[in-house]
Amino acid sequence: MHNQEQKAAGTWPLSNLVLYSFWQSSCSWRVRFALKLKGLPYEYRAVDLVKGEQFSPEFQRLNPLGYVPVLVDGGVVVSDSFAILMYLEDKYPQNTLLPEDPQLRALNLQAAGVVTSSIQPLHMQSLLKYIEDKFGPEERLLWAKTHIEKGLLALEKLLKGFAGQYATGNSLYLADVFLAPQIAVAVSRFKIDITQYPTLSRIHESYKSVPAFLASIPEAQADASH
Amino acid sequence: MEAEGSQLKLYSYWRSSCSCRVRIALNLKGIKYEYVAVNLAKGEQSNSEFLKLNPLGFVPVLVDGEVVVSDSFAILMYLEDKYPQHPLLPSDLAKRALNYQVANIVSSSIQPFQNLVVLKFVEGKIDPQTWARHHIERGFAALEKLLKDHAGKYATGDEVFMADLFVAPQVDGAIRRFKVDMTQFPLLLRLHEAYSELPSIQDAMPESQPDAPPSSSS
Repeated sequence: MHNQEQKAAGTWPLSNLVLYSFWQSSCSWRVRFALKLKGLPYEYRAVDLVKGEQFSPEFQRLNPLGYVPVLVDGGVVVSDSFAILMYLEDKYPQNTLLPEDPQLRALNLQAAGVVTSSIQPLHMQSLLKYIEDKFGPEERLLWAKTHIEKGLLALEKLLKGFAGQYATGNSLYLADVFLAPQIAVAVSRFKIDITQYPTLSRIHESYKSVPAFLASIPEAQADASH
Repeated sequence: MEAEGSQLKLYSYWRSSCSCRVRIALNLKGIKYEYVAVNLAKGEQSNSEFLKLNPLGFVPVLVDGEVVVSDSFAILMYLEDKYPQHPLLPSDLAKRALNYQVANIVSSSIQPFQNLVVLKFVEGKIDPQTWARHHIERGFAALEKLLKDHAGKYATGDEVFMADLFVAPQVDGAIRRFKVDMTQFPLLLRLHEAYSELPSIQDAMPESQPDAPPSSSS
């Protein structure tokens, strides 16, 4: 357990948040980014997925599905990064993650959907292991690359005409919360050539100057190994 | 309640579980809409006209006047914002979060592994049915655990909410298309039976759609 105290911003509802996270989990990364964007302090509790801590009785009681991230807010336990983000948006509306305009709002949800349904599930470690076991290591690489690139191309098309400094304009919204970790993982873990996607390349660079993003990266977490 | 001005249009494919989620929502909210069929099996999603609407080539797509919304979850949230009758989400934040979680388990951990694109990709390496069943069963096991302490008549209590909009089409498809043995999943089977008694859900099912082939009701 590692406490990180930060000043809450303004007079918004007080939070008493605990985040169960693994430093390398891109789903955990989304929630860390959002919490920082909203200026919400939280206690970071590491769950070592490599050591199998997600199967501990304590964690299983919190989330029987054994996944991170999990957010505990007083008596409320929320699992699944998308659900956590929508919960945070409902309860702590400061620095809103969804724009007012219905079209832009929908675009943000759609971009999040591409990441959470068409990209990330298809490169999860457990799935890649399954692919490798069934089809061999070359198929594993091909599978990961094919699906990630498909998804990134879809995002490139989707955001064309909408992206500004960030994914859907000049403010950070839900799409960025999903995209920033996803693009970073595509580049660092899967060695995808991001220059194929000019819009995504540009926003990927922009994120590097965002303090909330920098504070959320895996390497900055309490459980990062060196 | 009808939309003001021109009617809502829903671009849909009869068998698309993502389209089915939206059809249920429109029925629950009593919203009339024009059904525009996009034949995925024939590749109509690649028509330039459809790609102008949704560059990703996916159904469902909702067109409401000037606004075009793609992605079933985004569409459901749009409908929830604009047409608040028969809310799709409870007001209690914890129950709301549970609904979002169920929705995401279906849309991220199950459906992506059974869509036509992925099935085509694995064809030739593994029997697509076997592949799909593996992922469906994993997801259903997760849902059984998750909903055990929360389900009532429906997934998260005694009213139909967003979780049900994701579970109903997923279970229906699992039974009809992928021949999943549902006796392993008693809670989901019970929900399936409850859904079969609701016209709003039944009217949204694949075999009731205008583009369903005549032989589809089996």
